[in-house]
Amino acid sequence: MSFLRSRETQLILAIGALIAVVAWRFPAFVAPGNLVNVLNDTSPLILLAIGQTVVILTRCIDLSVAANLALTGMTAAIINVAMPDLPVPLIVAGSVVMGAALGAINGILVWKLTIPPIVVTLGTLTIFRGLVFVISDGQWINAHEMTDAFSALPRAQVLGLPLLSWFAIAGVVVFAAIVRYTPLGRAFYAVGGNPSAAVYAGINPGRTQFLAFVLSGAAAGLTGYLWVARYQVAYVDIARGFELDVVAACVIGGISIAGGAGTILGALLGALFLGIVKNALPVVGISPFWQLAISGAAIVIAVIANGRAQRRAGRQILKREAPQGGSLRPEPAT
Amino acid sequence: MSDMTTGAETRIIPDRLQSRFQRALGSWEVLLIAVAVAVFTFNALASPFFLNAWNLSDATFNFTEKAMIAFAMALLIIAGEIDLSVASIIALASTAMGAAVQMGFDTPALVFIGLATGLLCGAFNGLLVTGLGLPSIVVTIGTLSLFRGIAFMVLGDEAYGGYPSSFFWFGQGYVWWVITVEMVIFAICGVAFWILLHFTGFGRAVFAIGNNPTAALFSGIRVARVKFTLFLLTGLMSGLAAVCLTSRLASTRPSIAVGWELEIVTMVVLGGVSILGGSGSIPGVALAAIIMGMVTFGLGLLNVPGIVMSIFVGLLLIAVIAIPRLITMTKAKLS
Repeated sequence: MSFLRSRETQLILAIGALIAVVAWRFPAFVAPGNLVNVLNDTSPLILLAIGQTVVILTRCIDLSVAANLALTGMTAAIINVAMPDLPVPLIVAGSVVMGAALGAINGILVWKLTIPPIVVTLGTLTIFRGLVFVISDGQWINAHEMTDAFSALPRAQVLGLPLLSWFAIAGVVVFAAIVRYTPLGRAFYAVGGNPSAAVYAGINPGRTQFLAFVLSGAAAGLTGYLWVARYQVAYVDIARGFELDVVAACVIGGISIAGGAGTILGALLGALFLGIVKNALPVVGISPFWQLAISGAAIVIAVIANGRAQRRAGRQILKREAPQGGSLRPEPAT
Repeated sequence: MSDMTTGAETRIIPDRLQSRFQRALGSWEVLLIAVAVAVFTFNALASPFFLNAWNLSDATFNFTEKAMIAFAMALLIIAGEIDLSVASIIALASTAMGAAVQMGFDTPALVFIGLATGLLCGAFNGLLVTGLGLPSIVVTIGTLSLFRGIAFMVLGDEAYGGYPSSFFWFGQGYVWWVITVEMVIFAICGVAFWILLHFTGFGRAVFAIGNNPTAALFSGIRVARVKFTLFLLTGLMSGLAAVCLTSRLASTRPSIAVGWELEIVTMVVLGGVSILGGSGSIPGVALAAIIMGMVTFGLGLLNVPGIVMSIFVGLLLIAVIAIPRLITMTKAKLS
């Protein structure tokens, strides 16, 4: 019965129970059409959560993802308005590159200057958000200013699912493959599990963390375009505070904030859990104002559960060394 | 040099210690004083409205409430923990006070309720971190959502008002001429935390825990109890800030003080506190608070929008840590 102890199984059961409870009173919630909507609605969160996962695996944290999303999304919208003839796939590719570049700024500061990731990304969070205002002059870009091709892409239906959902699914597959089957993916776990041992194994922890930030930035950049195109509006405050939802999805998904433990599947399930809660609240007649408290409670419960799971795994004989440039400190044996 | 530059690199121990004066000259606080003077001079030259006692008095509201929390947060960060839920504690404490007003409570009871709510929230954070041994950064990201979430549950899109007029003394009152009540509270808190951190055994314990929690434990410091006390203090100061802010705004909305946690952490780091724990000072944090307030006010006089100011704050936060490191790195390369 050891599979019952894995966070992924627990989450699948929790999600199943959640859906069952809602469906018991409101069968319409589990209609395929509605479930597709829920998945589509959660897609931006999924994309950001898988990006955040690789960063957290390396003992870092990226609080700038939502600001990166806003800056890249606004840039994409401005480019679309300025050059309506530019093909949309080029804008999508440009968004990924721009997001990756913004992530690389975080990565360089963490790698070359060994500034703690939480400080770096707190700083770039405010800088990116401020730059959105600067490049847009505080103006909104509305649906009628965008070209049809620009805003149609995330909604295009392929095999019954909108492309936005397909992007999230593709993201999950790509990130899971990177994390599971590439040397880089193993390096993420090695650096997060024990940076000193990783160095002796020939891994450069700083470079690995840099690449994690680039991946997270690329996911945020892609989501930036998708977000703006889907809602057909770009303004300074889009996705403000979304970084906390992203970290919450990861924590609920069992990604250890101390690094080195967690899976892409976990992040996906954590994001889906939050997405289902968010979509179920109005259905069961609970005010959407309760959502923040519920996700807060979910995070606290998940953190407690993570802590218990880690303690059960056994006592460490050798103490972990202080993380290099990490934001977390080892707990004393209390 | 500042303590923040000490890394893994080999350190050469000099034959002679620097004189007191030399050390003071190279300290972070002196650099901050220089920055503060520069900002003040620039502002005075850039806008004719800056050098006005009443304008300057108004400008202090930019930082007094945040600084109250920053003092407690400094101790928490020095001890190697962090509390990102402070702004949400303000929201919850303010909501509790607003609800109490509707029940007809008067000012002393309101202040008590505000402070008690802050203490309770701090105790909740402290219990999760020290009692269950959980990382404070995720715990307080969770309670950040939870505390403000409760405020939203209670209030929705409504607002509480109708505070008794005697309650406005805290955020709108003046002690003498342009000296506001908040300035006095800021000064008292600053001195109290200065003494607590730099002149008491408790303060030494905070530094010891931040430098090496295991060694601190083995030298007989009750690490968990000290950390719990720090979370309580941070909660209490958030409650106090809630009293001042609610009194100044004369109303409570659930979105009150949103995003302040980032500004407060910036203030603490700018003040020379190492985000990895173990070093920092209260005068540094006070100076950083004043600098941030002056920059915000000065740019405001020049009609620079608030969000553009935040770019400066973000750059400041990264630059103050990056520049000393760059200097050490180039020095190491040259030698």
